[in-house]
Amino acid sequence: MPSTRDIRRRIKSVKNTAQITKAMQMVAAAKMRKAQQAALVGRPYADLMNAMLAEAGPRIASFEHPLMQNREVKKRAIIVVSSDRGLCGGLNGNLFREIGKLDKGNTTVFITAGRKASQFIARTKRQLAAEFTYKDTPTFGEARAISKFAQDLFLKNEADAVDILYTKFVSTLVQQPKTVPFLPVGKIQAVTAGVNAPEQELKSAGVRTDTFEFESDEETVLGELLPHSLNFQMHQILLEAKASEQSARMVAMKNATDNAKQLIKDLTLEYNKLRQANITKELLEITTAQMAVG
Amino acid sequence: MATIKLEIVTPEAKAYSDDVDVVTLTGIDGEMGIYPQHMPLMTQLVAGEIHARKGAENIFLAVGDGFVQVTGEKISILTDMAVRAENIDEAKAEEARQRAEARLAGKLSDEELASVSASLAHSLVQIKVKRRTTK
Repeated sequence: MPSTRDIRRRIKSVKNTAQITKAMQMVAAAKMRKAQQAALVGRPYADLMNAMLAEAGPRIASFEHPLMQNREVKKRAIIVVSSDRGLCGGLNGNLFREIGKLDKGNTTVFITAGRKASQFIARTKRQLAAEFTYKDTPTFGEARAISKFAQDLFLKNEADAVDILYTKFVSTLVQQPKTVPFLPVGKIQAVTAGVNAPEQELKSAGVRTDTFEFESDEETVLGELLPHSLNFQMHQILLEAKASEQSARMVAMKNATDNAKQLIKDLTLEYNKLRQANITKELLEITTAQMAVG
Repeated sequence: MATIKLEIVTPEAKAYSDDVDVVTLTGIDGEMGIYPQHMPLMTQLVAGEIHARKGAENIFLAVGDGFVQVTGEKISILTDMAVRAENIDEAKAEEARQRAEARLAGKLSDEELASVSASLAHSLVQIKVKRRTTK
């Protein structure tokens, strides 16, 4: 039977835990909004990129861009986008289960973004090609580094296909691991910005495309545009993964806070019961003592 | 006088959008001035300076690599960085440059090298534009 002091101590420690998880929940909520916001400000950029791709699309088809080369897939690279820290519920666990399904042993290499993914790959002794980090607000530079590395791998024939595995933001409560093809670029698609952005159509700027003049020549300009759009896509994925991570953390922390509150309630009840029992016992002792004396 | 709409967007923000009289920018084949009613054109943008004139006002921006699309009434610029000259903090850019150079001197993997040299190029451009406009 624990003493009242033990229970008091436990209540205090649970209260501290609840305070911390509550604070983490608030922080995660604010960061989630920020990540979603950051994805949205990319929208004008996506629109403009789409306008340019619309010019480029029909023309690129006329020459074979190295990034569009379809080869027999002997070696596949997978970019895994995870979080840096834990305490975010089943987010990383779900993601890593997908890895198990995708991994084909020797023919699969991994590129990781986020510390948890690189730890997992190292722990399970899979092939790691490179590891990258990204901050709470992923910058374009960080995304470019990852995307550039994947493109190089593809161009050097070290990977015949590159996929991205990340956590898609469905809603604040639901995040899903998802695999999207990255390379080779099959069809030129419109880039989108914003979490859960609707699919977009490629629209040209309303100018007849054949009137465009290119400096230096169209192959170079359009050739450069394609990798750039991939970098942008990578950036959007990082932002979305970040939003998923933060909302998963927010939900996990909310659950933890609720549990702690319930525990405090139960413990307080037990404490009061014990306290009352003690008082009754003491009263009984006093009366019996008095009766014995008198 | 006719004006042309200049729009500069980066993945992080819409950096600039206004009607201007003339724009000077550095393309892959060298510097060019673009006036209203310029013929449709697409080219690559080289990290450097963009100068726009609006009436008596002169606007300078430091930009990174990117793309330029010109239609008759609009210049659209896609780039990874764009900073107004008056917003450039020279001390900060200088510090960033030194940090990047110091890192370049050390041992780097390919992917690190790419990101460090990109940030070095950004700070160099910022310093250059700032020095020119404050002279």
